[in-house]
Amino acid sequence: MDWIEQWLPNAVRYWPRIVTSLIETLQMVGIALAFVVPLGVLLGILLLVVAPGHLYENRLLDAIVPRVVNLMRSIPFVIMIAVIIPFTRLVAGTAVGVPGAVVPIIVALVPFVARQVELALADVDRGVIDMALSLGFSRPYVIGRVLLKEGRSGIVRALVLSSISLVGYTAMAGVVGGGGIGDLAIRYGYARFMPDITLISLILLLVIVFALQGAGNLVLRRTSH
Amino acid sequence: MIDIENVSKTYRTPQGDVAALRDVSLHVRSGEIFGAIGRSGSGKTTLIRCINRLETIDQGRIRVGGEEITSMAEAELRRKRRKIGMIFQHFHLLRNDTVRQNVALPLRHSTLGRRERADKVHELLDVVGLGDRASAYPSQLSGGQRQRVAIARALANDPEILLCDEATSALDPETTVSILALLRDVNRSLGLTILLITHEMSVVKDICDRVAVLHAGEVAEVGTTADVFARPRHEATQQFSRSLFDDDGATAALETPLVEGIAASGGFVARLLFVGEEANAATISRLSRSYGVDLSVVYGTVRVLHGVLVGCLYVAFDGPPDRLAAAADDLRARGVGLDVVAGTHPRRAVA
Repeated sequence: MDWIEQWLPNAVRYWPRIVTSLIETLQMVGIALAFVVPLGVLLGILLLVVAPGHLYENRLLDAIVPRVVNLMRSIPFVIMIAVIIPFTRLVAGTAVGVPGAVVPIIVALVPFVARQVELALADVDRGVIDMALSLGFSRPYVIGRVLLKEGRSGIVRALVLSSISLVGYTAMAGVVGGGGIGDLAIRYGYARFMPDITLISLILLLVIVFALQGAGNLVLRRTSH
Repeated sequence: MIDIENVSKTYRTPQGDVAALRDVSLHVRSGEIFGAIGRSGSGKTTLIRCINRLETIDQGRIRVGGEEITSMAEAELRRKRRKIGMIFQHFHLLRNDTVRQNVALPLRHSTLGRRERADKVHELLDVVGLGDRASAYPSQLSGGQRQRVAIARALANDPEILLCDEATSALDPETTVSILALLRDVNRSLGLTILLITHEMSVVKDICDRVAVLHAGEVAEVGTTADVFARPRHEATQQFSRSLFDDDGATAALETPLVEGIAASGGFVARLLFVGEEANAATISRLSRSYGVDLSVVYGTVRVLHGVLVGCLYVAFDGPPDRLAAAADDLRARGVGLDVVAGTHPRRAVA
């Protein structure tokens, strides 16, 4: 086992730090997903159904919601972290650490997911909605039973894509002491000239991304016909 | 069963207002198959979508089974819609649901228990001839099979009426015939009232008891299928009628020197449509004798319009103008449809 010590000296020395970082990243991904998935899907549905001629056609909401979503999506994430600090304090009680990082991640990602979900649901044939209405279904039931079920492979694809972006966002969370693998790579690998730590960080992030992608593909295979 | 009274509907578009329906009134009788035929833009799609209020109307009222759809509250409308089955051009099956789940979809509000629902679905699939495909997904079915599933689904709540929105337009001719036969079967066996809209003569000619021809948002003509197309009055109806009887043979027959000669020398060629009993050659020879005109049959076909034989003869009329006009009037008076396709129109003798 000497070669490990020879090639990855810092990784061996700081391995408890690496494990902590991995846990922090997984925490951020997990907590963020728990909020982003339902909020993003709901906002995505809202974007779609308030459009002219749709189930809940509403001019006011159709004028406001898409604009707000576009605005939020155009703010760079690092800036977003700083700008919403008061909001983060209000919600999480602190603006630093994992809780302080998760709030901006959610705020930044929900509009992103919402747009993707809207696109996925827009692919569902409008005629299918007419069909469901012709059966005497209520609009909420049409959304739940028909729209979401018909659009689910598109939604899963959108969520996989978004969760990969999410991993990228967590890497930036070090700015507010969120820790995680990205922070590890910057502070140890880059600032302290420990290239083996950078390498390990990269590999761990890739493993997480591949795991998410794999999980998504598994769901897609099981749900599409 | 369906009463449409003075219904108007206008779409407001950035390019201006488009009147989809103008003062349309129609009555669909209980148990009949009623067809509304029209070209695109005639308002037929809007018309059928107004029946279950997928589309709202600006004026008039629509009643289904005596209940007014137009003014219903939403909850009541949902209950009513369960008694109005609908099938579509593109079937609109749920891709992620099996055939069984698709057919069971409307039973959400049914009072049937689990066991009874399963039996009902099975029964419906047997009716449409797909009893063995219950576990398949729509993507594994052909177009005709998909429409059969859609029909089974539309029948799940034992509807009073079935709306067919271009139900065969996406299907090939043979499949169309089999779907139409299925619709006629359910019409007869369940006493189901069917309202269908289409742009194809082949759909109305075989199964519709009565038809309405729609043109530019108005009802151009309405009546039994044989009457409407054997005695077309409106230009739109005449076009549909022509499409039914005109074929290559007719075109060729009109281009012969004999016909062209008659047309050029003051005579004319007319398409005569005879319904049922009238369809015999004696009419022609009698006419020739009593008016002293030369009549020659240049081409003839027979079509069956909803069980009624309709004969179509292309006849060249030759003789003095007054007599030709009198002969034409005689035919019209007997209710024979007469449509001049070449030569001079017979002008009525000045009284």
